[in-house]
Amino acid sequence: MPLNVTALIVFIFFFGIVTFVGFAAARWKRGDLDQLHEWGLAGGKFGTLITWFLLGGDLYTAYTFIAVPALAFGTGALAFFAVPYTIVIYPFVFVVFPRLWSVARARGYITAADFIRGRYGDRWLALAIALTGILATLPYIALQLIGLEVVIAAMGVQLAGALVYLPLIISFAILAAFDYFSGLRAPAAIAIIKDIMIYITVFAAVIVIPLEVGGWDKVFAAVPRDKILLADNLGSYTGYATLFLGSAMALFLYPHSVTGVLSSSSRHVIRRNAALLPAYSFLLGLIALLGFMALAVGVREMPAYANAFKEFGPNFAVPALFLQVFPSWFVGFAFASIGIGALVPAAIMSIASANLFSRNIYREFINPNCNPMQESRMAKTMSLVAKVGALMFIIFLPHEYAIQMQLLGGIWIIHTFPAVIFGLYTRWLNSKALLIGWAVGMTAGTWMAASIGFRPIFPLQIFGTTIPAYIAIYSVLLNFAISVVLTLVFNMLAMSRRDETHPADYYALEGIGGGGGH
Amino acid sequence: MADKRDGGGNGGNSGGGMLLWLLVPMLVLYVPLYNKIEPTLFGFPFFYWFQLAWIFVSMIITAVVYYGTEPR
Repeated sequence: MPLNVTALIVFIFFFGIVTFVGFAAARWKRGDLDQLHEWGLAGGKFGTLITWFLLGGDLYTAYTFIAVPALAFGTGALAFFAVPYTIVIYPFVFVVFPRLWSVARARGYITAADFIRGRYGDRWLALAIALTGILATLPYIALQLIGLEVVIAAMGVQLAGALVYLPLIISFAILAAFDYFSGLRAPAAIAIIKDIMIYITVFAAVIVIPLEVGGWDKVFAAVPRDKILLADNLGSYTGYATLFLGSAMALFLYPHSVTGVLSSSSRHVIRRNAALLPAYSFLLGLIALLGFMALAVGVREMPAYANAFKEFGPNFAVPALFLQVFPSWFVGFAFASIGIGALVPAAIMSIASANLFSRNIYREFINPNCNPMQESRMAKTMSLVAKVGALMFIIFLPHEYAIQMQLLGGIWIIHTFPAVIFGLYTRWLNSKALLIGWAVGMTAGTWMAASIGFRPIFPLQIFGTTIPAYIAIYSVLLNFAISVVLTLVFNMLAMSRRDETHPADYYALEGIGGGGGH
Repeated sequence: MADKRDGGGNGGNSGGGMLLWLLVPMLVLYVPLYNKIEPTLFGFPFFYWFQLAWIFVSMIITAVVYYGTEPR
C-alpha cells in the first residue's frame, strides 16, 4: 500500500491535539493526584455529559469499530448482536448501578473488589474479584492495539525489521505518559474529542456510501442470501440471544465500566446516562453495517487491498472501505478517530486494573500500612506495567491469542456477577460459597471454550437435545447454582458473616461525613 | 433511613410499578419475532430496522421511568 501522506498528516495532527489535551487534563476539576480516588476516579466529579462521553468512549472501543463490521463482513447477521446487546444492558444499569455508586460513595470504595471486601468481610473473595477483573482487562487493552495497528498500516506506514512496531510503541508511550500524569481526567477529556470525531465519521459514511452504491437496498443485496438473516432454527436463536444477554451481563462488571460509573458525580448521572447511552448503540448498529457497505463496494476483490486482507483478514474491511470512498484528508480524520478510539479505552482499562491492583492486592496483601501517596504511586506504576504488558502481548504473540484471551475475558468476568450484583441486594449468599462457585464457573467456562477451539457458543446436550448457548451463560448458571446450594449448607453450619455496609448506604446521595476520601 | 422516593429497587408503589416498564426492551430476547426480511423499510430488512428502532423504544421507556421515579 503506498504511503498516504495527506491522511498521515491529518492523523498526526489529531494525535498532537489529543496529546496536548491529555496533559492539560491534569488541571481540569483540580484535585490532589497523589490520592488514588483523585488519580483513578477523577475525584468522582463528572456530570451527566462528561460521563456520557467517558462511558461512550470507554465501552465502544476501537476494536469494536474494527471487529464488529469485520464480523458483519465475514458472517453477516450474527454481527448485529452488538445492537440488542446494548439494548438489554441499559435498563439493567438504570436499576442496579445507582446502588453500587451509592454504597461506594458512602463507604469510599473505588473498585468492585472494595465493595466485596466491605460487604462480605472476605479478603479472599475480594482478591478473586480483583484478579478476575485484571485478567479480563489485560487482553482487552492488547486488542485496542490491533485496531491502531490496522489503521496505521492502512495509511501505508510500513517500516521494516525492528521498526515495524515503532508507531504502536510511540502511540502507547504518549498514552502512558499522560495517563501517569493526569489519571482518569486524561481519557475523559480525550473521549469528548474522540466521540465527536467518531460520530462525524460514521454519519458521513452512512450518508455518502449508500448514495455511491445506489441505495440501502443495494447495500443489503450485497450480503449473501444465507447470511442476511440468522438461520431459522432454535439453536441459532438461543445462540444469538444468549450471546447478547451474556455479553450485556458481563459489560458493566469490567473494571473500566465500574471506574466510569464510580467517577460520576451522583447516582442521578448514572440513571440519566442509562437513558442517553443507547445513542452509541445506534451508532454501533450503523458501524456494523459498514461491513455490508464494504461488501457492496467490493473491496475484497480489489487488487490494491489484496495484501492487506491477507495480513489482517476481515479486520481490514473498514479501513479499505474508507480508503476507497473518502478523500485522503477525510481518511486521515476517520483513521485518527479510530486510533484515538483505541487510546481512550486503553487508558481507562489500564487505570481501572491499576486501581484494582493497588487497592485490593498491594494495600490489602503487600503493604497494609501504605499511605495514600504510596497507594496512588503504585497505581500509576501499575498503569504503565499494564500497557507494556499489552504491547508485549501484541508484539511477541500471534494476534489470535489476544482475540482468544478477550473471548475468555468475557466468560471470566461474568463470574463476578453473583457476588457483585446479588451482593448489591442481599447479604444472604455466603462468601465461601461464592468463592467456590466462582472457581468452578471459571474452570468450567474456560474448559468449555477450549474444548471447542475458543468459540463463544457451546452446543450443550440437555436431555438428548443440543442447545447451543453462550458459554458465559451456561457457566454462570453453574456458578450461581453452586453458590446457592453451598450457602444453604454453610448456613446450617452457622458460619459467621460480616458486613460493614448498612441498608441506607445503597441509596446514599453523598459520602458519610464527607467520606469517600473527600 | 432508606430513601423511599427513589426507584432504585425497593421504591414506593409507583416507583416499583414503573420499573416493570423496563422489562419491555427485553422483548428482543425473543429472536424469531424479528428474524425476517419483510417488511423492509428504506431498503433495510426487518431484522435490521427493528433492532435499530428498538434502541429508541428502550431509550424512551428508560427516560419515562427516569422522570417517573426521580425524587422531585
